[in-house]
Amino acid sequence: MNRIKTTFDALSSNDSKALITYIVAGDPDLETTLNIMNCMVEEGADIIEIGIPFSDPMAEGVSIQKGHERSLLNNTSINDALNLVSKFRKSNKTTPIVFMGYMNTFESMGVKEFCKAAASQGLDGLLIVDMPPEESTEFSTEAKNNGIDVIRLIAPTTNISRVKEICDVSSGYIYYISVKGITGSNDLDSEDVKQKVKLLGGETDLPIAIGFGIKDSDSALSVKDLADGIVAGSVFVDLIGEGGDTITKIAKKTKELSAAIK
Amino acid sequence: MSEKTLPDNKGRFGVYGGRYVAETLVPALDALYEQYKIIKKDKKFLSEFHKDLKDYVGRPSPLYFAKRWTEILGGAQVYLKREDLNHTGAHKINNTVGQILLAKHMGKKRIIAETGAGQHGVASATVAARHGLDCVVYMGEEDIKRQSLNVFRMKLLGAEVVGVNSGTRTLKDAMNEAMRDWVTNVDDTYYIIGSVAGPHPYPEIVRDFNAVVGEEVIEQSINQIGKNPDVLVACVGGGSNALGLFYPFINSKEVKLIGVEAGGLGLSTGKHAAPLNDGKEGVLHGMRTYLMQDDAGQILETHSVSAGLDYPGVGPEHAWLKDTGRAEYVVADDDEALEAFKEVTKVEGIMPALETAHALSFVRKLAPTMENKQSIVVNISGRGDKDINTVASIEGIEL
Repeated sequence: MNRIKTTFDALSSNDSKALITYIVAGDPDLETTLNIMNCMVEEGADIIEIGIPFSDPMAEGVSIQKGHERSLLNNTSINDALNLVSKFRKSNKTTPIVFMGYMNTFESMGVKEFCKAAASQGLDGLLIVDMPPEESTEFSTEAKNNGIDVIRLIAPTTNISRVKEICDVSSGYIYYISVKGITGSNDLDSEDVKQKVKLLGGETDLPIAIGFGIKDSDSALSVKDLADGIVAGSVFVDLIGEGGDTITKIAKKTKELSAAIK
Repeated sequence: MSEKTLPDNKGRFGVYGGRYVAETLVPALDALYEQYKIIKKDKKFLSEFHKDLKDYVGRPSPLYFAKRWTEILGGAQVYLKREDLNHTGAHKINNTVGQILLAKHMGKKRIIAETGAGQHGVASATVAARHGLDCVVYMGEEDIKRQSLNVFRMKLLGAEVVGVNSGTRTLKDAMNEAMRDWVTNVDDTYYIIGSVAGPHPYPEIVRDFNAVVGEEVIEQSINQIGKNPDVLVACVGGGSNALGLFYPFINSKEVKLIGVEAGGLGLSTGKHAAPLNDGKEGVLHGMRTYLMQDDAGQILETHSVSAGLDYPGVGPEHAWLKDTGRAEYVVADDDEALEAFKEVTKVEGIMPALETAHALSFVRKLAPTMENKQSIVVNISGRGDKDINTVASIEGIEL
């Protein structure tokens, strides 16, 4: 059973939106990551994106870069992240998990090996930031063979004919990047997003999630009616970076975003 | 297929190259390639480019016969291609003169660049100043420290130099940061990549704008040597000076092509910047190529005495030339480069950049194994003034 589809179908029948939350595996350590995942689900997260740390995360703003750096201090590997999924699945069989990362770390494990292991541990989707459709033949095939969704990015700069091409090779959901920029950007323009997402909706039956620049109930509210879900990442990674009672702070933030869009 | 027809329309050199970027940049790279394909055949553009190379850069650069050094080495005749005599002191200006015209043609108002040794940053700031465009140069904090002269030059030229504190604080991190800027300001900003690296079409564009080096050498060799040289030698970081020299000779199979990577403290120590000699295939900065990486696919910290070679990847066309066997890639370590730096300075009165000194160090080994009637052309990719502080501090001298 495909957990991503089930999740969006259930939300849609309740006329509700998906809260997709992002943290980096192993930031600051794997045990905390597992606790945060469970806490996020408890407070209303519907899908969890797990960042796979990379030494050169080119599309990330400072917040998430620092998350990657903290995680790499413990040499968190892709295998560690897979073990994390397996542990999470012991108590949670329903919340979809998506890995988000960069080509080189996945490839270095081996595309086939990764997809096989990922499916058996209970991973649902894969979003490789620096893998446009043109460069993803092997990943697409192996992911499909193993029942893993390949989630793709569409940007404000993507023209309509390319939108169509991307949608045709996507599964799970479409991740619409709401701003020209890196993760954690500040200048989300909801009018612009509205126009683009409307176009996008005409090209795909897949659910659409909006991300980049969503950090509080106001920014969440401003885009929630435009799509099927919102993604929040930098705001959580910042809270982890602050230290202190991370779990309590993350619980509060998850609750705030969930309340805004449900 | 002839190797000179590469890359293919996806920007691939065999399995290498390509375009591994976030979606936001794909349309920008498409637009860049479309415009490049048009202007590279445009007579007006080409005549402007060649006029600038002549009157502004000072081309052609001489092919200089290093008579005394040849005698000392006792073997092949050694010729130096004097890219150090270009305006701003390195080959880097060839590419920036071309790309700034492309940027203007595309109506961009703002230039960004990454730099390691500072030569590409200076070359970018220079052309931006000349054309009245804003210029921001990203540079690792580590490099800012060891190349303070070039930092000041860029500032005098009106560029903003932004220090990069992430990762290893060197060239690769400067490139990450420039990419982040570009993705944010993609509408009005042109990113001048400084090497034959990055996502398609940059490796092709930067190679083509540097190919004037090899094209001149073909002509100069006929006049001065009477035939093609037997061997071409150049240092390889990202690989733009090497490819500029090699590319016009790729189909002249009798000419041996040798790239020299930075061996740092020695290949066995792991502290080097020689991905073609001691790396493996991977994806970074939008391209598939040889990379210095660990078993988990994390990019490793590199080491070289020369900031310009201190990069964990290499242009994808070099990866292809290595695999096909058309070019050969060797290493020279820090100490060997410093020895060559001193020797050529003393014997020929030419002070090369530390990057260039790596190529010269290999020529010291190679020339004596060759015959007197044979010849080597080595690319003096840049001049050494910028490295004086580095050399002095290695000698324990405070300037």
